[in-house]
Amino acid sequence: MFAYVVRRIFVGAIMLVVMSLVTYLLFFAAPSDPARFTCGKNCSPELIEQNRKALGYDKPVFVQYGQFLKGVFVGREFPDDPELKKSAPETIAECPAPCLGYSPLQSDTVSSLIATAAPVSISLALAAFILWMVLGISGGVIAALYKGRLIDRALVGSALIVYSFPTFFIGLSLYIFVAIKWQLTPIPVYTSISDGGIGPWLYGLFLPSLTLALIYIAGYIRLTRAFVLESMGEDYIRTARAKGLTQRRILGKHTMRAALTPIATVAGLDLGGLLAGAIITETVFNYNGLGKLAVQAATTYDLPTTVGIVIVAATFIITANIVVDVLYAVIDPRVKYS
Amino acid sequence: MSTWASADPVSSGALLAVRDLKVTFPTEDGLVKAVDGLTFDLRAGETLGIVGESGSGKSVTSQAIMGLHRGSRAKVEGQIVFDGRDLLKIVDDDLRRMRGRDIAMIFQDPLSALHPYYTVGNQIVEAYRIHNDVSKAAARAHVIDMLDRVGIPNPQKRIDQYPHEFSGGMRQRAMIAMALVNSPRLIIADEPTTALDVTVQAQILNLLVDLQKEFGSSIIIITHDLGVVAELADNIMVMYGGKAVEGSSADEIFYEAEHPYTWGLLQSMPRIDAVKQARLQPIAGNPPSLINPPSGCAFHPRCAFRDDERLGCSSVVPRFEISDEHPTRCLIPQAERRAIFQTQIETRTA
Repeated sequence: MFAYVVRRIFVGAIMLVVMSLVTYLLFFAAPSDPARFTCGKNCSPELIEQNRKALGYDKPVFVQYGQFLKGVFVGREFPDDPELKKSAPETIAECPAPCLGYSPLQSDTVSSLIATAAPVSISLALAAFILWMVLGISGGVIAALYKGRLIDRALVGSALIVYSFPTFFIGLSLYIFVAIKWQLTPIPVYTSISDGGIGPWLYGLFLPSLTLALIYIAGYIRLTRAFVLESMGEDYIRTARAKGLTQRRILGKHTMRAALTPIATVAGLDLGGLLAGAIITETVFNYNGLGKLAVQAATTYDLPTTVGIVIVAATFIITANIVVDVLYAVIDPRVKYS
Repeated sequence: MSTWASADPVSSGALLAVRDLKVTFPTEDGLVKAVDGLTFDLRAGETLGIVGESGSGKSVTSQAIMGLHRGSRAKVEGQIVFDGRDLLKIVDDDLRRMRGRDIAMIFQDPLSALHPYYTVGNQIVEAYRIHNDVSKAAARAHVIDMLDRVGIPNPQKRIDQYPHEFSGGMRQRAMIAMALVNSPRLIIADEPTTALDVTVQAQILNLLVDLQKEFGSSIIIITHDLGVVAELADNIMVMYGGKAVEGSSADEIFYEAEHPYTWGLLQSMPRIDAVKQARLQPIAGNPPSLINPPSGCAFHPRCAFRDDERLGCSSVVPRFEISDEHPTRCLIPQAERRAIFQTQIETRTA
C-alpha cells in the first residue's frame, strides 16, 4: 500500500512535468509574439524589446522552459541579469519559489495572483461540495426508497430540468430574484475569513455555491438513486432481511455502505476538478477566483498566467485521482494495492 | 400425522403448517403464478426436501415462509402457520423478530449473500445481537464458538476476515454459522450446495446433518438435485410449475416414485451403480410458463407417458391426492404408474 502510494505520487509528478512542458510549448511556440502582449494597446517597439529581454522571451524555447522549471523549484528574477542587479537592484522583480512566471499585464508574479484567487475558488468548491453531497445523496436515497411514487418522480424530474439548464442561467436567476428582487440574501460578495470572520464568508458563499451545487445535486440524485436501488436488489440485502434486521439498519448500514462507495469515487474527482475554479459561476457572481483569472488571462493573451493556472488545475486533478484511488482501498476491503 | 394432510394447521401439531399457499407476481405480461396452492406439514426435528427445476416455485416458497415478499409487489395467499401463528397475518415487526431467531435461512451463493464490505464476524455478530441483548465481547465469543462448530479452522483469526478471503466452502460454513447463531427451530436451506465444488458439497451436507442432530432444528432443504436430499430429508416434495406433483418419504421417492416428472429427475441423476454406458436422460422440453400454464396437467407437454384420449392429460387438471401418504398429481391410474416405474424406470436407474 505504502509503495503503491509512493509510486502513484512519483508518476503523478512526472505527469505534471510533462503537462507543464506541453502547456509551455503550446503557448510559447505559438506564431504570435509573446512579447507583443506584455503591454497594452500603445506598446512602443522599445518597450516590447525591453520586456522581451526582461522576461527572457529572447532566448530559445527550451532555455525558457529550463528557466521556468528553475523558477518553480528555486525561484528566479526578472530580468535574469546579474549586472543589472548590481547597478540597479530596484528594477529587478523577485519571484521566489514556487515561481510560475511573471505577468507584465498584472505587474505581479503568477504565483501571487494564484495565491490570491485560489482561496476564493477553494471556498466556493468546498461549500458547493458540502451542499451537493448532503442534498444530492439524501435526495437520491429518498427517491430510491419511494421508487415509482410521486416523490420519486418529482425529484428525478426536477433533477433532470435543473440538469438541463446552463449554469449561467441558474446563477443569474438566483442573483436577480433571490438577491436583488426578493432580497432574501444580501448581494453575494466574497469576504475572506481573515477579513470578516466565518459568518460573512458563509453569507457571501451561499448563492454562488448553491448555483454550482444545483447542477451537481441533480446529477447526484440520479446517481445515488441508481446505486441505492442496485444495492437494494443485492443478495446480501436479502440476507440482512433474513437475519431479522430492522429496515432502518439495513438501509443505514448495508445498503448505504455499498451505494456510497462508488459515489465517493465520483465525488472526489468532481471536487478535484472544481477546486481549480468554476469559470461561469465566478464570472456571474464576479468572484475573483481561479476560474475568472483564467478567463481574464486567456482573453488578454496573458500567457504566463494561463500556463500557471493550467498547471495548478492539473495538480488538483492529478492529486484528486491519487486520493480517490487510495481512498478506494480504504473503503473497499476487496481492493488491495501492491 | 401425514405430511401432506390438510388438517387444521394450528392443531396439527406441526412446527410449520403450510395450507394452500399461493404466491403471484403481477407483471406487464400477466400474472405470474409462482406458487399455486401448496400444502404440507413439517414437524419439529424433521427435514423436508423440496425438489424441482428452475422456476418450479421452490425458492419463492421459502421466501414466502420468511416473509421476504413483504413490501414487494408479490401477493401471498393461504396460510403459513409456524408454531401456531399465521406468518401471513402477523405484523411486520413481529415477523422481523422471528426472522433469524426462529426461522433462519441459508442462501445459494454465499459470496453474493454475504456483504463484501463487512467482515464475516461483523455480519454474524450482528445477526446474534439483533435478537440477543448481549455485549459485543460476549457476542464475539459466541460467534467464534459457532465458527468453530461449523468446522472453520482458526476461528479467532477468521472472524475478522472478509468474505472474499474465505474459500467457497468456508463461506458456506460461515453462512451456516450465521443461520445457526440463534439456534432457530426452522432452517431453510435454499440450494445450499449448488454454488460449491462437488467435493465440498458432501462436507456441507454432512455438516447440516450433524448440526441438525445437535440443535434439533427442522430443515427445509431446497434443491434441484435429488441426490442432495437423498440422505438428508425425511420427506420429499417434488414441485413442478408452482405446484406439488409428488409427496413422499425420502426412501419411497427412490424406490416407488409415481410421477413421470419425478421419473425424469431420477433418470437425469448420475448413479454410481448405474448400468455401464447408460446415458443420463434429460427431460425433454422447457419448464412451463407460469403466466399461461399448459391446459390440463402442467407436465403433459413433456410427459412421455401421456394419453390424451383415454386420460385427457391435455384437458383434465389432475388433483393432488392429499389424503394419501404418497400423493401424486397425475391422471395415470396408480396401478399403471407403479407398473411403469417397475418395468421401465427402476430397471434403468438401478
